[in-house]
Amino acid sequence: MNIIVPVKLVPDLVEELSIDSSGVALDTAWLRMIVNEFDDHAIEQAIILKEKTGAHVTIISVNVEGIDDLLFTASAKGADRLIKLTGDVESGVNNHALARGLAAFIKELKPDLILTGVQAHNDLDGSLGPQLAEYLGMPYIGYISGVKADGEKVNVRKEYPGGLIGEMQASLPVLLGIQASEQPPRYVAISKVRQMMKTVSIEEVDLSALDSKGAPVVNRMFQPEATERATMLSENADEAAIQLINIFKELGTL
Amino acid sequence: MATTAISQTPSFSETFFSSLYKVENGERFRTCLQCGSCSGVCPFGYLMDYPPGRMIAGLRADEFNLVMETDTVWMCVSCYACAQICPSKIPITAGLMTRTKEELLLAGNVPSELQSALENSQRYGNPMGESPRKRADWILGIEPQVTILGKDRRPVDILWFVGDYPSYHTRVQSVAKSLAKVLNALGVNFGILGPEENSDGDTQRLAGERGLFEMLAEKNGKIFSRYQFDRIITSDPHAYNALKNEYPTLGITYPVQHYTQFLAERIDQLKPLLVKEIQATVTYHDPCYLGRVNGIFTEPRILLEAIPGIKLVEMSHNQTSSLCCGGGGGGMWLDGFQWEKAHARLSEWRVREAVDIGANILAVACPYEPPRFEDAVKTIPQAEQLAVKDIVELLADALG
Repeated sequence: MNIIVPVKLVPDLVEELSIDSSGVALDTAWLRMIVNEFDDHAIEQAIILKEKTGAHVTIISVNVEGIDDLLFTASAKGADRLIKLTGDVESGVNNHALARGLAAFIKELKPDLILTGVQAHNDLDGSLGPQLAEYLGMPYIGYISGVKADGEKVNVRKEYPGGLIGEMQASLPVLLGIQASEQPPRYVAISKVRQMMKTVSIEEVDLSALDSKGAPVVNRMFQPEATERATMLSENADEAAIQLINIFKELGTL
Repeated sequence: MATTAISQTPSFSETFFSSLYKVENGERFRTCLQCGSCSGVCPFGYLMDYPPGRMIAGLRADEFNLVMETDTVWMCVSCYACAQICPSKIPITAGLMTRTKEELLLAGNVPSELQSALENSQRYGNPMGESPRKRADWILGIEPQVTILGKDRRPVDILWFVGDYPSYHTRVQSVAKSLAKVLNALGVNFGILGPEENSDGDTQRLAGERGLFEMLAEKNGKIFSRYQFDRIITSDPHAYNALKNEYPTLGITYPVQHYTQFLAERIDQLKPLLVKEIQATVTYHDPCYLGRVNGIFTEPRILLEAIPGIKLVEMSHNQTSSLCCGGGGGGMWLDGFQWEKAHARLSEWRVREAVDIGANILAVACPYEPPRFEDAVKTIPQAEQLAVKDIVELLADALG
């Protein structure tokens, strides 16, 4: 089974976020990036499938600072092929552009199964999975918390609101949005990751012509703003009524 | 050495056994008498499937794979009680227990609590997963201001390696503030690394993550080399142990002292400043990595005896026989795991001893201890009146 796992890094919320001078984006000067938690689960699920049934696992990500560590860690866990997408991506890529760019490239890899995180906290234009599935012409099922291979099919567990779980079968190829892997992402010893850094190579693929149409334009990005202080009215109904009339008069509504 | 050759390929037991030879004095594993002292003295030996003595027997019987199938080595708090009592002076903690944890970790068999501490250490340079930028937030409001070497760029006499818990843990920050107060009172020219400081990595090493330890040590070594200072002092016995005994093997060598040594050397200057009486019966808990491992027993007691009003009494386990607080060897990050196995905390045993001896202050000198012992105080009957104080907190109080 040929499994492709597109993953991305997202801002690490351990540091406080600030807005840059343009007022429409995060200030990247102090930004620390971390693997999107759901993508980490997608990697784990792919490795579990490889261990159980044998599979070839390819991890793909956009080239931003810190991505090599993520890829080598995935390799230490058992991933077979590491690919990073280069080009004008440092300033951040929206999911419309990423889905189109990835689709063209992933098609050539002839995937049986694509696993990706069901969402990321910096998705401004919808999550990646469904958009990628659309461009690849593949079925998509999201909110998956367990995948079992069954020949040309997979049996998946999908989470629904209200604590309901659905079990369903899908024919390959299929794209799954992973909510949680069957087991929590494993720990790999740093010595193993360092060994990968010496022995494994990361392939680079140029994504120069990105088409970001269809994505929303950010007019303003801002921290939550404290609203005006509330005015407390008297507990006495008559006094409260007089206070209200005065307030309405001040505001010009009476 | 010719023996009857049954198998030409070395078994896991054999490979593992030979890896122990690489540890200092590792050949002594051959001399184990199977006296069982190590298993008896181990604070959690009674509930391990394979306490240390049985692990060695397992190695000899070519059955070490059975040991690897259990998870009880995670009960080991690397307290060195086994190594200390061993009549053959076998490096049980440094060799057997740590190597076994390393093998389990390489096989991916890590309790989840420990996993997140290790991941945090790798990512943020501290096991709690706090922001590295906030590492020196505790110095806010201290006068005169504490020098952060990366900002102030001036040579200092003393580089103070603050450590993870004094930097971030709200309870232990009070220990850091107290040491700053005492150093300022003595007019010491000191600085800290602030956001550039990383975890010393020693406890991660003893929890089996050698690679992570080396990574953290290399980072700290690189930062040390940027600044001018005469020596390092530290508020953390684990950092002291790493800097003194482990960093030099990686080519990072600086003179280092635990703060109790540094202050005891200046006792003549310090003593006249201790003007405020503290009327209390105090008992001192020897931290494993200050006492048993590095032989520092006298200096902490010199400091306590210099405080007017203090009556120092000893618990039944003291100096080399001191009981572990339960935080070492990864125990700090295995609280749930160890509770599930033992339904007892080592810190509670220690607090009971302090109560039995009639102490009203349990004095400590390791940053793992105030939160551990204070939690234990809440659960032990008759311990309500027992205060837990780092020695330097008592010194700072006595400064008035």
